Amino acid sequence: MKIILTADVGSTFTKLTAVDMETKKIIGTAKSFTTIETNVMEGYGKAMAELEAQCGKLVFDKKVAASSAAGGLKMIAVGLVPDLTVQAARMATANAGAKIMKTFSYELSRDELDEIVSLAPDMILLSGGTDGGNKDVILHNARLLADSPLTCSIVVAGNKSAKDDLQGILKNFGGEVLFCANVMPELNQLNIEPAKKAIRDLFIKNIISAKGLSELQATLASEIIPTPLAVFEAASLLSKGTKSSPGLGELVVFDVGGATTDVYSMAEGLPTRANVFLHGFRHPFAKRTVEGDLGMRYSLRPLAEAIGVDNIACLLDIDEREVEAWISTCSANPEILPEAKSLAKRIDEAMARAAVKISMERHVGSVEAVFTSTGQSFAQTGKDLSEVRYLIGTGGPIIHAADPDYVLKAAVYEPSDMNLLKPLAPKTLVDKKYILSAMGTLSRIEPETALAIMKEEIPVE
Amino acid sequence: MTQKVIILGVIGADVHAVGNKILAFAFEQAGFKVVNLGVMVNQKEFIDAAIETNADAIAVSSLYGHGEIDCRGLREKCQEAGLNNIKLYAGGNLVVGKADFSEVERTFKDMGFNRVYPPGTPPETTIADMKADLV
Repeated sequence: MKIILTADVGSTFTKLTAVDMETKKIIGTAKSFTTIETNVMEGYGKAMAELEAQCGKLVFDKKVAASSAAGGLKMIAVGLVPDLTVQAARMATANAGAKIMKTFSYELSRDELDEIVSLAPDMILLSGGTDGGNKDVILHNARLLADSPLTCSIVVAGNKSAKDDLQGILKNFGGEVLFCANVMPELNQLNIEPAKKAIRDLFIKNIISAKGLSELQATLASEIIPTPLAVFEAASLLSKGTKSSPGLGELVVFDVGGATTDVYSMAEGLPTRANVFLHGFRHPFAKRTVEGDLGMRYSLRPLAEAIGVDNIACLLDIDEREVEAWISTCSANPEILPEAKSLAKRIDEAMARAAVKISMERHVGSVEAVFTSTGQSFAQTGKDLSEVRYLIGTGGPIIHAADPDYVLKAAVYEPSDMNLLKPLAPKTLVDKKYILSAMGTLSRIEPETALAIMKEEIPVE
Repeated sequence: MTQKVIILGVIGADVHAVGNKILAFAFEQAGFKVVNLGVMVNQKEFIDAAIETNADAIAVSSLYGHGEIDCRGLREKCQEAGLNNIKLYAGGNLVVGKADFSEVERTFKDMGFNRVYPPGTPPETTIADMKADLV
């Protein structure tokens, strides 16, 4: 029997999944608290003991892992114009599986630099200027970073004409600097893959050991990747399929967590309605956005502010104070889980629905009516997701909801929001066993098996 | 010598694409680096593009008669964005009806445009001016 182990060292739990490669089935899962403060191998060992208690003694052919421990990959993106290189840098950062702490545009001020220093990112993506375009701003920003006490890694993906000067400026920077191709070489033309790869390379080289994962890494068949990147790759594989097995086609995955809500859309996103033309740059087929202010525990307060406590109370026909009380309880005690069928459970579910709704509104493209000499037409920015076939939910708040379909349907098109290009009639699916990140990790070495298991565990019928 | 960069586009809700493509081709042939934003471009998009590409000039076309309204304030916004030395060109049917072109030209120069062109101007005329202004 050939068995592969996938490990996900999360912020709270370390989850292990054992996969039998011959039958293409999951033979066991186990979890234990992540022990980043002492040694991550402790929690890993406990989870392993539990796994072996279930399955008996296991001999693994290969082991692979993803990690979001110790805050995941915390990044800051710096660009020039907010709608252009800043957005391109943000997309590259999100698609690389990072948690975006903040983005900055134009010339950084001293105050902004101080803010970056105090945010203490793991990595900075520095961009600005198209190739041959503006050099002054990226040079200014590099000088400030070079003189700062920062020791994080920097990926430089800006104007190629500034590269020689930048190399000189950043020579004495306290951390590692990696240069790659511009995220926007020509105006309105995205090129995020090289930056994504550079971020991954630096993550492997510097961040894994900084997060205390070296000992685990030494036991693995491939490099540890950020957990959101694993989910990204699982979603991409499930959508596109492999050479021998078809995928599900266009889909959107929602991962509602304690600190963030992540949205992954796998869709072309070109206009589907009549009289619509695409404005600005084309967004990538595979796109991730991460909302740091929409989470079910650590960021429940900003989520409540975004949706309105009064709206939640009104929806559930309860008093606002009851909603407030639950938010306070969660903020004070992020590990808490609501009892089945309790009021807290209903509030949690309404909040999860709100997180899905707002994160989709920020992810999806929109149209704006314009009146021309030849009649009305529409300018589309971002991705048209009207024809997306599946909405897939993962993360505790969706998986454990009494009605996951209700939570996910918050992402569906509404006539009252006719300018948002949300899916018109998608089917909802739930990652009940929470396997997406494990299968994304597995897909790096065994894509066929990972796809087969996803199709079985997340059935469309 | 580095190539001079020109931001080109049809401003406002104007969808006249043919002239825009001809101009892009002509300016490129003349040796300029053309960043063509196409049709229905608003002022912010012209300015954002000019900042990011470090452009030397913005060339605005307008065929549908609302050019004066659409172009008003572009120079001020350029100054606000730090584009102090950028040249602004405008051409096409800039106003409704058969207005005297010298009046139209004065209006646009008062709005901060460096050069203004009447309908039917051959690209060569504009190219010669651009070479004189930029190269």
